[in-house]
Amino acid sequence: MISQLNHLPSAKEVGTYDPQTLESNFSDLHPPLTQRQAIIESQRCLYCFDAPCVEACPSDIDIPSFIRQISENNINGAAETILEANILGGSCARVCPTEILCERSCVRNHDAECQPVLIGLLQRHATDNMKFDSHPFKRAASTGRHIAVVGAGPAGLSCAHRLAMLGHQVTMFEAEQKPGGLNEYGIARYKMTDDFARKEVEFLLEIGGIDIQYGQRLGDNLQLATLRKQYDSVFLGLGLGASRALGLTGEQAPGLMPAVDYIKVLRQADDLGSLAVAKRCIVIGAGNTAIDMATQMARLGATDVTLVYRRGVEAMSATDHEQEIAKANGVRMVTWAQPDEILLDAQGRVAGMRFAKTRDQEGRLTPTGETLEIAADAIFTAIGQGFEGDSLRDASAAELARDGERIHVDEMFQTSLPNVYAGGDCVKPGQDLTVQAVQHGKLAAHAIHQALAAKQEAA
Amino acid sequence: MNTTPFNTLSFPGKKNSGDSVVNGVDLSVNFAGIKAPNPFWLASAPPTDKAYNVVRAYEAGWGGVVWKTLGEEPPAVNVSSRYSAHYGKNREVIGFNNIELITDRSLEINLKEITQVKKDWPDRALIVSIMVPCNEEAWAYILPLVEATGADGIELNLGCPHGMPERGMGAAVGQNPDLIEKVTYWCKKYYSKPVIVKLTPNITDIRVGAQAALRGGADAVSLINTINSITSIDLDNMVAKPTVGHQSTHGGYCGSAVKPIAMNMVAEIARDPATPTLPISGIGGISTWRDAAEFIALGSGSVQVCTAAMLNGFRIVEEMKDGLSRWMAEKGYDSIEAFSRKAIPQTTDWKHLDINFKTIAKIDQDLCIECGRCYIACEDTSHQSIAKLTEQNGARRYEVIEEECVGCNLCQITCPVENCITMVPQETGKPFLAWDNDPRNPFRVAS
Repeated sequence: MISQLNHLPSAKEVGTYDPQTLESNFSDLHPPLTQRQAIIESQRCLYCFDAPCVEACPSDIDIPSFIRQISENNINGAAETILEANILGGSCARVCPTEILCERSCVRNHDAECQPVLIGLLQRHATDNMKFDSHPFKRAASTGRHIAVVGAGPAGLSCAHRLAMLGHQVTMFEAEQKPGGLNEYGIARYKMTDDFARKEVEFLLEIGGIDIQYGQRLGDNLQLATLRKQYDSVFLGLGLGASRALGLTGEQAPGLMPAVDYIKVLRQADDLGSLAVAKRCIVIGAGNTAIDMATQMARLGATDVTLVYRRGVEAMSATDHEQEIAKANGVRMVTWAQPDEILLDAQGRVAGMRFAKTRDQEGRLTPTGETLEIAADAIFTAIGQGFEGDSLRDASAAELARDGERIHVDEMFQTSLPNVYAGGDCVKPGQDLTVQAVQHGKLAAHAIHQALAAKQEAA
Repeated sequence: MNTTPFNTLSFPGKKNSGDSVVNGVDLSVNFAGIKAPNPFWLASAPPTDKAYNVVRAYEAGWGGVVWKTLGEEPPAVNVSSRYSAHYGKNREVIGFNNIELITDRSLEINLKEITQVKKDWPDRALIVSIMVPCNEEAWAYILPLVEATGADGIELNLGCPHGMPERGMGAAVGQNPDLIEKVTYWCKKYYSKPVIVKLTPNITDIRVGAQAALRGGADAVSLINTINSITSIDLDNMVAKPTVGHQSTHGGYCGSAVKPIAMNMVAEIARDPATPTLPISGIGGISTWRDAAEFIALGSGSVQVCTAAMLNGFRIVEEMKDGLSRWMAEKGYDSIEAFSRKAIPQTTDWKHLDINFKTIAKIDQDLCIECGRCYIACEDTSHQSIAKLTEQNGARRYEVIEEECVGCNLCQITCPVENCITMVPQETGKPFLAWDNDPRNPFRVAS
């Protein structure tokens, strides 16, 4: 199933957990609020004026308003308040690092209470329990315009939905066989359960006017030049599918693989017991992907999981909350150690890794000269993502101005090419968050709409 | 084998539920000649319907009980589905509503039980609520029977707002001062012990009823009875609650929500020169010792509780007695009488207030959580006296614009943090000036 790990036993063979426990290890990490809990929690909201939580929300959800609607038992109203700002409000309620966004800015964090309103869980309550007879958003009269959206991840989906709402026809091109992007393939399994990513996309598409073509990969069987010719505008919502390499000898050895590739398989697995498990494993990285990988490996039955980061805990991009999840699952954290050599066994398979200990010398990461060896059956890398090989080598795409590796856009999400817009992870680094991608897609849709309307007037 | 029921076991330190001294403070009262170990009485209502409940109340420590209203034979018949509530957002009961009538048990059984209970609990107040038709014979018949029970007094139910007025009783009498006077007079004529007249709030001026009761010879008044109410509508079936079959009717409203209305009415009577010494038993939303203290400060000699007991059980009296006695000890009040009416001299008509007094809001920036509630409340609905500023670090800061502040208290009320916003009286250098004497008053009284 995963060629690099073919030599390792399956979760079932490792047998740390019986099948039932294994399933429950991947059920909802934060169970939803009950109706009663939601009502009680909604009462805690102070309905702040110019609320700090709204300022902190990358997608501009009117949080006090939807919480007040929950408190008045108006669940559909609450859901609509959320979805009109963020059509993927359901998945954001699950995956947003609320602890560094809305919930961090909640005024109830003040000394006397130190406990924010559970905004994420309330948002989930509204979006999980809404019941609409038909899609809550209606399409404007047809504009006769047809727009191409490349990538059916959060940015692309959000852009497509808003464009459809504004009266445009949308065709989406998706490299994978399913829509959803990282929601479908990249989020830890216990963060989004019950096939929610698929259901959410189904709901989103109910608006009509959007069709998706799968297996369409930019730079492969899809050319930007063609799209620009055939469509009135193009939105690029590309993912960062390629994992950064360590740059060490033995990188191809069985037992070493990018964490995102493993998570993708894990997300789609029907039988968790069939997944290869490294009883002893190392995860290299310091972001949420590293945490997700380490935690999921522990929950599959690995007994010795070590997360290694070359700097200190304070520099980790994974939030405290995420780090706590990993620690609670028995993940050991080793900091100030960078990969030095992949250790192989006689068969040329991963046997462990040697790390060079590091320290911060006036802001520069410097080896101390000491080394550290950790034995492991597998090594998972989570040290950053980039564009997949050929996606931007397409003749037209190659012309796109870049900010570092990523695509340069202006404040209207317009790229350097006329009528080509971009948003989400593929544009210059923001926080690489689902919620931010949704916002990019939404704003880009409005920019596209305005530009097309201006053209029409000028004509 | 001879066993002792657990609840009668005595052991050192166990409080006797009838002790009048709690935490070293004497809580006993002598209300219009009716003695009780404490001022906490149960109002005439379902909790005092029969001996079983009343004995449990005495065991729990209640100082007195007003037995649920007796009437003529045959007894009243009640409907099924009787109560409803006005809820707060968190399902806490703010107000309570009932459509029950007076006792639905026979007069004979009630009288028998009252006699026995009074005999068994001689130290507790036992008052019998009565409602019979508005003719002398009816009262002349029932009063000797009640007197024979040995109960300490009667309370005239002239306020029941539902079911009984249609029969010419309850509020139908209480809304007519002449009838109040007449019925009270008959009671004094055929009954030798204290007569308390329970007043209905479903009138324009509560003082009129109290004055009529006094003219009739009443020893005391008690108030308020319940307020006509509809608590909520079932919007699916378009019918109010409580729903009887597919219909509903208005009920009598009580519970915390009515406390402010009741306190004003108590104060109105206490301040009325026509009824300056008329004893008042305060009723209306009393749930805590503080509520009781407030009613007493406004002139109540005893307080009656119903809803709080119905929602929590009789045990709440323990916390009430404990809290009240500790507060009294702290304040140096050695009896209920010592602080009864204490707030009355400071309760006056609007025209007597000092027009030169000035208070303004002060926001404690250390306590402020930056929710902006004070700002939007003042900006939208009051005097635009709070400025919304942004600090260099992006933090919000709300500051009172002192020149604009009229001291309305709205910001303090809407602030979720206790003591964050305080109202600070200002030194104006101006003398006390009542509106009566204000030169701006076209009807001023020359001082």
